[in-house]
Parts: sequence; C-alpha cells; structure tokens
Amino acid sequence: MSYEFDFADVFAAWPELLQGLLNSLVLSALAMAIGMVVSVAGALGKTSGPGWLRRIIDEYIELIRNTPFLIQIFVIYFGLPAAGLKFSSNAAALLALVVNVGAYGIEIIRAGIESIQKGQVEAGKSLGMRPLQIFRYIILKPAIQAIYPSLTSQFILLMLNTSVCSAIAASELTAVAGDIQSRTFRSFEVYFVATCLYLGLSVFFWTVFAGIERAFLRKPTR
Amino acid sequence: MRALGSGDIIYIIMAVRWTLLLSLVAFLGGAIGGALVALARTSEFKGVRIVSAGYIKLFQGTPLLMQLFLAFFVPGLFGWSVDPWTAAALGLSLHASAFLGEIWRGAIEVVPRGQWEAATSLGLRYWPKMVLVIAPQAIRIAIPPTIGFLVQLIKGTSLASIIGFVELTRAAQIINNATFRPFTIFALVALIYYVICRPLSAYSKRMEQKLLVAAR
Repeated sequence: MSYEFDFADVFAAWPELLQGLLNSLVLSALAMAIGMVVSVAGALGKTSGPGWLRRIIDEYIELIRNTPFLIQIFVIYFGLPAAGLKFSSNAAALLALVVNVGAYGIEIIRAGIESIQKGQVEAGKSLGMRPLQIFRYIILKPAIQAIYPSLTSQFILLMLNTSVCSAIAASELTAVAGDIQSRTFRSFEVYFVATCLYLGLSVFFWTVFAGIERAFLRKPTR
Repeated sequence: MRALGSGDIIYIIMAVRWTLLLSLVAFLGGAIGGALVALARTSEFKGVRIVSAGYIKLFQGTPLLMQLFLAFFVPGLFGWSVDPWTAAALGLSLHASAFLGEIWRGAIEVVPRGQWEAATSLGLRYWPKMVLVIAPQAIRIAIPPTIGFLVQLIKGTSLASIIGFVELTRAAQIINNATFRPFTIFALVALIYYVICRPLSAYSKRMEQKLLVAAR
C-alpha cells in the first residue's frame, strides 16, 4: 500500500467538525422530540379518529415509508417553494426528518396502545386504583415497555438519516465534512473521521437509551 | 433553462433500470454476505460471534451515506480507482449483508432448541443440520423482514446519486438542473419509487400477519 495518510488537515479543522457534530445532535434531538408529538397525535387519530382521518393518516404512512428520504427532502426544499412555502435548509431538514419519523412512529405508538388489553384496566379498577394510577401503571408504563426497543432504534435511524440532509446543505456533520474535503482533498481521511464521529453519536444514543430503560422501565422480577 | 419535455420524462423513467439493477446487485451481494454473517453470529466459536457482532454494529451505527463515501474512497488507498457504480454496489452490498445477517440470525435463533438437538442426535453434522433442518424453518420466518429490508435497500440506492451514480434520483436532479421544475420532477420520482416499493411493503405485511396467525 503506497498511500500516505495525512490526518493533519482534517484534525486542524476540529472546531468545524465539532460544530457539525453538535448541529447533528441538536437536529436529531429536535426531530425526535417533535416527531414523538406527531407520532402520538397520529396514533390517537388512527385508533380513535373518524374514518376519513384514518384514511389520510394511512396514506401518509404508506407514502413516506415507500419513498426515499432524499426525495422527501428534495420535495420539501426544492418543490414546496413552487407552492409558496419556502424554508431555510436547516428548517427544511428538520421538517423532512419530522415528517419521515412520524410515519414510522405512528405505527409504533399505535402498536403500544393496542398492546394494552381491556381486562388489565378492569383489573386495575377492581383493585381500587384511581384513574391516574391506572393510566400511569397499567396503560402508560407497559405500553412504553412494549414499544421501547423499536422506538429507540427508530430514533437511531433518524439520527443516521440526518447525514442525508447534507444534500440540501443543512449545516450538519456530513456537510461540514464535504466542505473540509473540497478544501483539503483528503477525502478518505475526512469521511473516516466523520464516520467515527457518527459511530460515537450512535454509541452515545445507545448508552442513553439503555440507561433510561434501566432507570425507568425495568420489568418487575418475579 | 428550457421547458420540461416528454424526452426528459422518458429519460427519468428509463433511469429506473439503474435503480433496479443496483438494488438487485446489492441484494444478491448482501444475501451472500448476510448468510455468512448470520452463520458467524450463531457460530459455536465465541471469537467469530464477537467479530460478526462488531461488523453488524459498525454498519448499524453509521449512516449509509458515509458507508458509500468510504466504499468510494477506501479502494483508492490500495491504488484501485473505482467508478461510482462499483462503489455503490460494493457499499450497498456490505450494508445489506450486515442488516440481512442480523435479520437472519434472529430467524435462526427462533428455531426451537429441540430441533437442533434432534438433528444432532440423528447424527447430522453442521452443514446437513443447517441446510436440511434449520434453514427450511428459519426461511419461513425470515421472508417478511427480508422483503421489508429490500424496500429499505431500494430506497437506499437513491443515496448512490450523491456519489455520482446516475440512477433515478440523479437523473431527476440532472433534468431539474436543466428545466427547473422541482415539484413536478421530484413528485414524479417519488411516485415511481412508491410504485416499486408499495407492493413489496404490502406483501411483507401480509406474510407477517399470516405467520402471526399461524403462530397462535
């Protein structure tokens, strides 16, 4: 192998890389939070809304799940201005991420709601539990326990998806890496470092999610 | 700038063949790699299990776009220059082998312990046991999530446009740069992906329901 590695230029740009990493983290966290709200609202609409609303939600889910995220970003960032809706690249990225994760989140939350059987609630009532207790211990906690693994892996996918937002020059890690690459021409080195940083983000989220599960969602041992 | 003509639309629609071909190559490459990864994950040797688990985590913990960039630039380190097509096919195959490996590991492990023991007590060695006893049962379980992943893979080929491979998404960008009708063009492209992926998603979902009913 005759290639000479040169990471000096890439490491010299560490303030930019760090800023990109932080932007990716913030973009992911915001999209997760707003995406959760959309998912819960959508799941409620799908389980207890009127028929027309359910059909709209179903179509939205299928449309998003069966088209690439990159095209969704392009439609929002390049396509919607034609309809008079113009966004900055960062706003378009956030909107696209929320629209995308919502389609997956709704199905996950709905599965959680449907995993609670009616008999459980009745059992709670007959034990003399108050409505708030029933909601907390019988509906909310088991529902979250049931969907926690799929919800958190969806969040990791969302975080990884933020890299696609570089295609519309949102200011996140991949776009920063692209800038550094076009300046230094150390392509391999830049993308290798960026990949390691993404892996670091994944490990960070894996650890946080596992910590939350241990602290709040431990199943009672028999 | 010029007007969007029927020639442009045909150019975009014709580019679908590259999306389909890339998906097919990546799926086949991923299936071969995935089978090896799944066998390694269920191996009786701890070292093999750990290495294959690391491989899967590596691909699950980094963006597909980064994997494609590295597939494009890493061969250059060894003096091989690859074109975007080779890089995309290589990157997507490696990506698919990690995800299919994990899906199939799950399917292999769901086969009840007694089946393994029965096969061993019949005197079957590793390969006959895997091929004749475990695989036929595991495949049934693996079909719905495998088709589900194929949909992810087809959508993932759109990222090959970013490393310069001219498939459906890149073709649409090229036409958009010349005609600037972004809404029409990208909506059309979304529709094309939808037409390809929707039947696969629906099939995967139906098969899953069937298995759930059968398991009851």
